Amino acid sequence: MDAIKNYVELVGFGQEGWGGLLLSAMMMTIAVSVSGFLTGSVLGTIVASMKLSSIGPLRWIGGSYTTVLRGVPDLLVVYLFYFGGGAFLSYIGAFAGYDGYIGMPAFLTGTVALGVVSAAYQAEVLRGAYRAVSRGELEAADSVGMRPWRKFRRIVVPLVLRYATPGLGNTWQLVLKESALISVTGLVEILRQSQIAAGSTRKPFEFYLTALVLYLVITWASSLLFGRLENRAMRGFRRAA
Amino acid sequence: MDFTFIFETFETLVGGLPLTLSMAAISISAGTILAISLAVFAVFGGSTGKAFASGYVFVFRGSPLLVQIFLIYYGLGQFRPALQAWGLWPILREPYWCAVIALTLNTTAYSGEIFRGALQSVPAQQVEAARACGMSGLLLFWRIIFPIALRQALPGYGNEVALMVKATALASVITIMEVTGSAGKLIADSFRAFEVFCVAGAIYLAINLILTHLVAMLEYRLSPHLRLQPAQAA
Repeated sequence: MDAIKNYVELVGFGQEGWGGLLLSAMMMTIAVSVSGFLTGSVLGTIVASMKLSSIGPLRWIGGSYTTVLRGVPDLLVVYLFYFGGGAFLSYIGAFAGYDGYIGMPAFLTGTVALGVVSAAYQAEVLRGAYRAVSRGELEAADSVGMRPWRKFRRIVVPLVLRYATPGLGNTWQLVLKESALISVTGLVEILRQSQIAAGSTRKPFEFYLTALVLYLVITWASSLLFGRLENRAMRGFRRAA
Repeated sequence: MDFTFIFETFETLVGGLPLTLSMAAISISAGTILAISLAVFAVFGGSTGKAFASGYVFVFRGSPLLVQIFLIYYGLGQFRPALQAWGLWPILREPYWCAVIALTLNTTAYSGEIFRGALQSVPAQQVEAARACGMSGLLLFWRIIFPIALRQALPGYGNEVALMVKATALASVITIMEVTGSAGKLIADSFRAFEVFCVAGAIYLAINLILTHLVAMLEYRLSPHLRLQPAQAA
């Protein structure tokens, strides 16, 4: 019981203590994950369409993109954009007459790195979902006289979203956990905030355990959310199955 | 392109390769044994076994590996007197072993789920047939259930092996100078992120290419029943 009392005093989710800071760090984790995931969706759609394209070189580029980014540690990608971005910004700055190092903003690094990595995973999910759209559905759309764009918007997009929901849910969970890597750039998300707290109180165990629990809360909540989304997405499908 | 720099980078990074490979090898082998036990618990362990397995999986798959590494390396250090009394301190004081422990516990959760699915996919008829021949218990598991499940688990397991090789990169955050650690240091020193990234990336891609080929070969060997028969092939 003493241990619990000490813990509550240390972390103190009330007005004082580290609790409040950890909660806002949790919001930062969610923010950078959402922004990385959405960037990844846009980029992933492009990569998926390249892989599905009938033009050879585009297919090849799309294929290499997913192979490389799924085969390389994500920490390396974070380093690439953090240090590479910094070098690039300084290079641009030198042209504008600014003589010094311009660092890459941590949140932007997070968004870009998580976006670029998750695009590779989302592209695979979307490609699989597109392939799952049956020829029959497309023929039916043709036979009622739908034009290509309308067919795409009314038939292909809803079906692809339906089929992709479970896979995108997995990717989202992945991005949430990968966001911990952004702590190396100094972005104050859950892990970085816990490191700060652990350093200044010399109680690493309590704070890293808290970090672990906070991540479990977010991943658990998002699995509930995605479960509901999947249910909704499958509405009208169950009877047919 | 500055080829001298790229060559020097390659030399430096290859120096970290033994650490990357040994961490991956130890944690994958230990993790596989633990994962099979976890899956056996989950499938044959009754409600207690099931609850334990799903709790374990929930914790280790629901949180980032980096947090698990920090919790073990920095967090357990707080209990140094107790660990010294138990004689565990010489292990837990080393970043290398802490990383290996974290990687092992983490992969146990992921591959445990793969093996659980594989065990549950063994057709009931096969088990019944074995029972009809009088097989039961360990013999049934060893001769019938395990080989069928192994074949079923291989593709997912191959993915997990590739993921583990990538996951060893996180050990660099607790001061281990494996491939990613050396790459990070080189980038911070030279600010040539792109070149270093390409070299390090190529090393990881090469390891994973070899590993996925090995798994594919194993898959081919273990599934003669799925290959085209000579008559059909002709």
